[in-house]
Amino acid sequence: MSEAKVMIDLQHVSKWYKDFQVLTDCTTQIRQGEVVVVCGPSGSGKSTLIKTVNGLEPIQQGNILVDGIKINDPKTNLNKLRSRVGMVFQHFELFPHLSITENLSIAQIKVLGRSEAEAKQKGLAYLDRVGLSAQANKYPAQLSGGQQQRVAIARALSMDPIAMLFDEPTSALDPEMITEVLDVMVGLAKEGMTMMCVTHEMGFARQVANRVIFMDQGKIVEDCTKDDFFNTPRGERAQQFLNKILH
Amino acid sequence: MEWFTAFFQDLQLSAPALWHGFSITLKVLCFATVGGVLIGTLLALMRLSSIRVLNWIAKGYVNLFRSIPLLLVLMWFYFAVPFIYTGVTGNYLTMDTALVSSIVAFMLFEAAYFSEIVRAGIQSIPKGQTDAASALGMNYSQSMRLIVLPQAFRKMTPLLLQQTIILFQDSTMVYAIGLLDFFRTNYVRGDLMSLLTQYILFAGLVYFTVSMIATYIVKKLQQRLTV
Repeated sequence: MSEAKVMIDLQHVSKWYKDFQVLTDCTTQIRQGEVVVVCGPSGSGKSTLIKTVNGLEPIQQGNILVDGIKINDPKTNLNKLRSRVGMVFQHFELFPHLSITENLSIAQIKVLGRSEAEAKQKGLAYLDRVGLSAQANKYPAQLSGGQQQRVAIARALSMDPIAMLFDEPTSALDPEMITEVLDVMVGLAKEGMTMMCVTHEMGFARQVANRVIFMDQGKIVEDCTKDDFFNTPRGERAQQFLNKILH
Repeated sequence: MEWFTAFFQDLQLSAPALWHGFSITLKVLCFATVGGVLIGTLLALMRLSSIRVLNWIAKGYVNLFRSIPLLLVLMWFYFAVPFIYTGVTGNYLTMDTALVSSIVAFMLFEAAYFSEIVRAGIQSIPKGQTDAASALGMNYSQSMRLIVLPQAFRKMTPLLLQQTIILFQDSTMVYAIGLLDFFRTNYVRGDLMSLLTQYILFAGLVYFTVSMIATYIVKKLQQRLTV
């Protein structure tokens, strides 16, 4: 794994909201094909961290490189870079005024310049992959939360991303819907997709993660392999967190 | 009874003129609404933009037009436009500018009100939607045109239509610059035929009926959009 190329490279990233520092000197690397789970108590800055990766949250210090391109460089075409990084949100954020098919194809057509037929074909193929081809002509409001999130994953995949970012993809879901979303994510991980996932699903972490990053108060406290994290967490804070979440 | 029959007899003769007057009212209404919404949307985007100069311009515009009476705007345009035209070109403006002045004045005036409605509409769309659009690589213009404005306008439609109904009533103010809209046509005809009371009552009834029906439709629409 160590010889694979670095897809996401965070170097000493710091961020402030006015006087309040939300991220402090965060450094980590995610290599191609790696699945990294980011966890930590609420307010620890994990969602903020993942949103800095595609520039949804600007940073004040440090550098972020995605596939070798510096995202905090004003000369970088941020929109172009974002179109290559898939993102899945806590609240799905499907476009409610568009049908499922249109949700899947709109960015492919308008951003990537694909033809309508090609975009539709691609979108529907991914919709089939997440097991929802029957819903193609419905509108987001007609689907359950779990279904909406699977469509959101299909929408991101339709852009042929080089990496996928997941920002608490299951936190807004009813328990019985979490599995259907996690199954899709596990499938992706097994296919070798580069993934950065903010999640509290430790089962998912155990199953497919290569590494676990533990954050607290805006700092990366632990950054180690999955086995190390679950068996021998070094920091006291991570031990407390694990005790709370696993029991 | 005579009071009535005389009026109804005359109404048959004046119907084409009244209809023409009504079409003028509709013209003012349509152009002012469409133009007002377009300019209003532009103002709303300026108001919400992070560029400070645009912000100030939009804010100034809205405050200006909300602080002066509509009648004044109307008259100012009517009298100023030929004056400026003469000043710029050296010729006298021979065409009647009442209709154009009315449309422009209402358009600019309504734009200030529409811009506030559009601004509220845009702000009611959750930030997650623009985040999702950005994450898919859309630029500002794409995210506005394809994602935010279509949703915002759907939410705003009842409010925009309500404002248009108010405009329908306010449009009678073109009376002041002599434009023969529906109301003024009624007035002139009534004056001429000594049936002034009847014609003004009739005009009131028409405005009332149209506004009531339109309001009812907007209410129904609102229910359908919120469900």
